[in-house]
Amino acid sequence: MSALHDETTVVAAERVSAIEGRLTRIGRSMATAMIPVIGAFVIGGLLLAVLGRNPFSFYGNVIHHGLIGSLGRQETLIRMAPLLLIAAGLMIAFPAGIWNLGTDGQYVMGGVIVADLGPELAPHFSGFVLFTTLFVVGFAVAAIWSLIPAILKAWYGINEIISTLMLTFIGLRFSAFLVKEYFYDRETTVPQTRVLAVADRLPRMFSSRVHIGLVVGFVAVIAVHFMMRNTAFGLRLRIVGMNPKAAIHAGMNMKALTLAIFTLSAGFAGLAAAVNIAGVDGVVRAEWNPAVGLLVVPLVFLARFHAASVIAFIAAFAVFQVGGESASRKADIPNFMVLFMVGLLLVFMALGEYMQLRSSRKH
Amino acid sequence: MVLANELTPSVELIGITKTYPGVVANSDIHLTLRPGEVHSLLGENGAGKSTLIGILSGMVQPDAGEIRIKGETVRINSPRDALERGIGTVYQHSLLVPTLTVLDNLLLGVDQGWKLGRDAAKARLQEVSTLLDVEIDPSSVVGDLALGQRQQVEIVRALWRGEGVLILDEPTSMLTPQGAEKLVQVVRRLVSNGLAVVFITHKLNEALDLGDRVTVLRRGKIVGEVTPAELQNRSRAQITDEVLKMIFGEKSDASYAAFASQVSETADETFRVDHLSVEGSGPHPVLDNVSFTLKRGEILGIAGIDGNGQKELAEVLAGQRHADSGEIILDDQSIQNLSIAARQAKGIRYVTDDRHGEGTVGPLSIALNIVLKRVGEVPFWRWSLVRHSSIREFARKLIHDHDVRAPHEEVAISTLSGGNMQKVILARELALEPRVVVYNKPTYGLDARTTSLVLASIADQAKAGVTTVFISTELSEIVSICHRVAVMYRGKLSEPIMVRSGIELKLGALMTGSTTL
Amino acid sequence: MNGLFSEVFISSLVSGGVIAGIPLIYAGLGEAISERAGVLNVGLEGMMLGGAYGGFVGALHFHSTWFGLLSGGLTGMIISLFMVVLCVRLNSNQIVVGIAITLGAEGVTALLHGAIYADTYPRVPVVHPYAIPFLSNIPIIGPGFFNHHISAYLAVVVVFFVSWVLKSTGIGLSIKAAGDQPHALEAAGGGVHRIRTISVLSTGLLAGLGGSFIVLVGAGLFVPFITNGKGFLAIVLAMLVRGRVRWLIVAGVLFGMSLSLTTALQLAGIDVPIDLVLMLPFVLIIVVLFAFGRRSYLPAALALPYDREQR
Ligand SMILES: Nc1ncnc2c1ncn2[C@@H]1O[C@H](COP(=O)(O)OP(=O)(O)OP(=O)(O)O)[C@@H](O)[C@H]1O
Ligand SMILES: [Mg+2]
Repeated sequence: MSALHDETTVVAAERVSAIEGRLTRIGRSMATAMIPVIGAFVIGGLLLAVLGRNPFSFYGNVIHHGLIGSLGRQETLIRMAPLLLIAAGLMIAFPAGIWNLGTDGQYVMGGVIVADLGPELAPHFSGFVLFTTLFVVGFAVAAIWSLIPAILKAWYGINEIISTLMLTFIGLRFSAFLVKEYFYDRETTVPQTRVLAVADRLPRMFSSRVHIGLVVGFVAVIAVHFMMRNTAFGLRLRIVGMNPKAAIHAGMNMKALTLAIFTLSAGFAGLAAAVNIAGVDGVVRAEWNPAVGLLVVPLVFLARFHAASVIAFIAAFAVFQVGGESASRKADIPNFMVLFMVGLLLVFMALGEYMQLRSSRKH
Repeated sequence: MVLANELTPSVELIGITKTYPGVVANSDIHLTLRPGEVHSLLGENGAGKSTLIGILSGMVQPDAGEIRIKGETVRINSPRDALERGIGTVYQHSLLVPTLTVLDNLLLGVDQGWKLGRDAAKARLQEVSTLLDVEIDPSSVVGDLALGQRQQVEIVRALWRGEGVLILDEPTSMLTPQGAEKLVQVVRRLVSNGLAVVFITHKLNEALDLGDRVTVLRRGKIVGEVTPAELQNRSRAQITDEVLKMIFGEKSDASYAAFASQVSETADETFRVDHLSVEGSGPHPVLDNVSFTLKRGEILGIAGIDGNGQKELAEVLAGQRHADSGEIILDDQSIQNLSIAARQAKGIRYVTDDRHGEGTVGPLSIALNIVLKRVGEVPFWRWSLVRHSSIREFARKLIHDHDVRAPHEEVAISTLSGGNMQKVILARELALEPRVVVYNKPTYGLDARTTSLVLASIADQAKAGVTTVFISTELSEIVSICHRVAVMYRGKLSEPIMVRSGIELKLGALMTGSTTL
Repeated sequence: MNGLFSEVFISSLVSGGVIAGIPLIYAGLGEAISERAGVLNVGLEGMMLGGAYGGFVGALHFHSTWFGLLSGGLTGMIISLFMVVLCVRLNSNQIVVGIAITLGAEGVTALLHGAIYADTYPRVPVVHPYAIPFLSNIPIIGPGFFNHHISAYLAVVVVFFVSWVLKSTGIGLSIKAAGDQPHALEAAGGGVHRIRTISVLSTGLLAGLGGSFIVLVGAGLFVPFITNGKGFLAIVLAMLVRGRVRWLIVAGVLFGMSLSLTTALQLAGIDVPIDLVLMLPFVLIIVVLFAFGRRSYLPAALALPYDREQR
């Protein structure tokens, strides 16, 4: 009886200590998550003070206009949609060892075609059909655009960092050319496409401005996460990324896999553009350079391609961007403050990752 | 020999301990290296030998323990520290820069002001390679060399820089018997000048021939030692027996039996290679008109000094390399134009000798590496969805059957010892049901017991009708399991001959290009 | 005298090409060094921009182009310290830190410039070109190529110097080893961290020089985002030449010329869709890659942190 009793207390004690362990682990990872934010805020605050602004009211405004205020929160959620989709694409390419740094070009190319096609199709098709068509077109255009680096890589071994970066510059120019020469709206003075009527845009949710593109983004990130971790295809991609020679030795079809990686990854960038245009923008101007891809790249790495972390990071950065823009306006400093803070946060997050790694090694 | 030297040991390791997650690689190791002595270090795969010499050469930091050099306690924080104290090392796995030339690899890390003394270095390389009787073109790029040649370069480098202590971690695993013989002679000479040598090998005879003293490790602990006096006074057979027991525990049965069985005369010819040629950038073609025909269940040994086209032949057979001309025929059908995967589907398997480069995916678990060539196949995947439980179960079984030393099947394969990694690769291939297997140095880095187990499995497979091409630099292995043997020299394959006793001399001659038999 | 072969077209093309190309050569050389050592420096754009601003401030302060270049180089080097500490020493992800550096530098320089110089928009001291005797007298192309500030010629000298270092010195060998097989470098007694630190600092210095050249010799003043993606182009050029750094001179000038093509075309009064012309340099790079750059080589350990005990 007493032996049994002892056993249960031992088991209970073990369980308690296990729970305690988990709690301290959670506490530690919370701390490592917060330290970068605090660090970045302190240094950013110093710069603000140097510029003669009150850091506290600035940060207060960031939180208020990015997260708490209803308008700001909606804007944040709207911003997240395309970022999530681009991230989904990168979550395929990077683990597979393909450095797709051309998401901006893929985004713009998909976007410009969708922007031209939208107002064209809107009178003839309704809701669901229209949006699916636009999504498929956005995805497909970007995927086709990415066939250039894909084929160069798979058949000729040409480094994709170079080709995708170059194709971003080319894509930006080419889309401007298309808008100016072919897609422009004759009724405006600035070169831009025709505008997709507000009534024809993506349906909103929760009686807010937030459109269903956000859902598409969430689904994409989670689906990619699942695919990379649980399917044979995902494992093949990861093997290609970790040791391409072993992939060849194991009999994998490198050319087909390379094409798949590029088209999927780029396709999501194109889809991101389609979602954004059909959801909020409704139009593309000739000098359009959204430059969203560059920011998503480090976030995806920091999140280690994990869906939950990707979503959390993108949410945090969207809050920061939206709130930061308002706060800068209020403090009457240029918007560049946000850029600087984003850079700082990334640096501190890299530091935080190092600390986390070190503490996990110790324990 | 100088007397004072005998009094102060070159190196003393005192209480060295090193643990990795789930394994104690070294546990309270005490080891003394004396000048003028070759110290053989023996132990099964994963015993902790490489870890120990990693600590001595500065690659690995111990958790506890002390290192004394010439009586003085030191900290070896980096390989640089070790080199500065005259400790030169040949690591188990090539640590050369593949994109640099042989000469530049030898010069790497040597402090010598701005301008590199390439000419002086060339002269010294010439000197050392004459000593070792090796032929290495100093201007060839290391990545183009065969593993055996790379090992020679490493040996040259270690001899060059290890003035006080020379550590050799399986230096002969990739050398020919002649090459190994030469190395032994050189080491002997250096030792007589007062060098202390640590010599790791899985070949017991080598260890006893060359070693003045033998220490055996098992599961991270020292389990026994043979002193110079014992080595001199007791019979070889006795000592061998005892050492084997120390290495493997009581149940040791590591001896080469002759595994070969007869191939049935009436067996049909299944695998034919016709006039395969591959052009090369050097003076000789990589493959020069290679032809042979194999019957069902036959094992053809391919002997030769590493780097004479064996690897390329294997790659062509596997479909990893394009042949410029010739044909490969399986069951009267040409498979020349089939992809690697299609050949695998037809039952052609290639067991690579490059376990780090292409044999494994380092960061992935042992379990996933075991199913590396079966990604997407039932029962490990169903509807393309992974079934971790069945992969793990399968992996656990193979790990157990092949006695792979690992904490569990989920650790990254890159953390395994060299021999255990090789066991995983072999386990993966032997678990399949192939028609034709090409083995490239399958026993490289394996301890004696595992070697004999592997050879037995290959022979069993052949008995069951698997046609085998067995590439090796170990004549003893070829003789023990092959039915016929051919020699590769500069891309040419000699006419296969039946294996019989006493054939080694003839093969040795063929391997060096002599045609007069 | 209008048209593609007019003197005004060619000499503005050449001269503009050199001015636009030199920063690419400096920064591309820097990137080539750290890439060879295994560090993919995506922060090059930020280092150039920081160097541009630092050079600008230095030149204004000391009233000297040379002090400007010096302070620009130093600023680049200081920024590269982030990369050294985070990526080389603490093994953080190089892409993350690189992009962080770029974003941060864009933000800071724009903010500081806005706060301090936005009202006055001061100009830096005028540079005096040095015409190389004889060469600058070659008709049509001579002045375009051989009549520039000395820091332009210096770029060529530095390229040859680095090429020599990589080829014939111990440091050069170590740099290549650090990028291709860092374990081998350590085993041979070298220090991967030390070599990578030196390489990244040199990258910062060279990127800073390139950035300040844009301001001091090219534009004559600083505006936010003045590097305008040149850092990324330099990364591409560095990869394009694949370790044979002397080709950077040719690649930089050719690429610079195609960048200055629009200006030259406008000067020559030729009317083509500007976007297509602006596309040209990038298309050119892909064509060059396709023609010469097959099987492009990248160091095996590029962008991988080094940990000695990891296996
Ligand atoms: N970096 C590491 N991380 C985790 N485990 C390691 C690491 N290095 C070695 N080990 C473990 O330590 C043990 C000893 O390895 P070691 O390489 O010293 O064996 P060895 O005696 O040289 O074997 P072999 O004869 O196969 O080369 C092995 O179980 C191995 O898995
Ligand atoms: Mg070992």
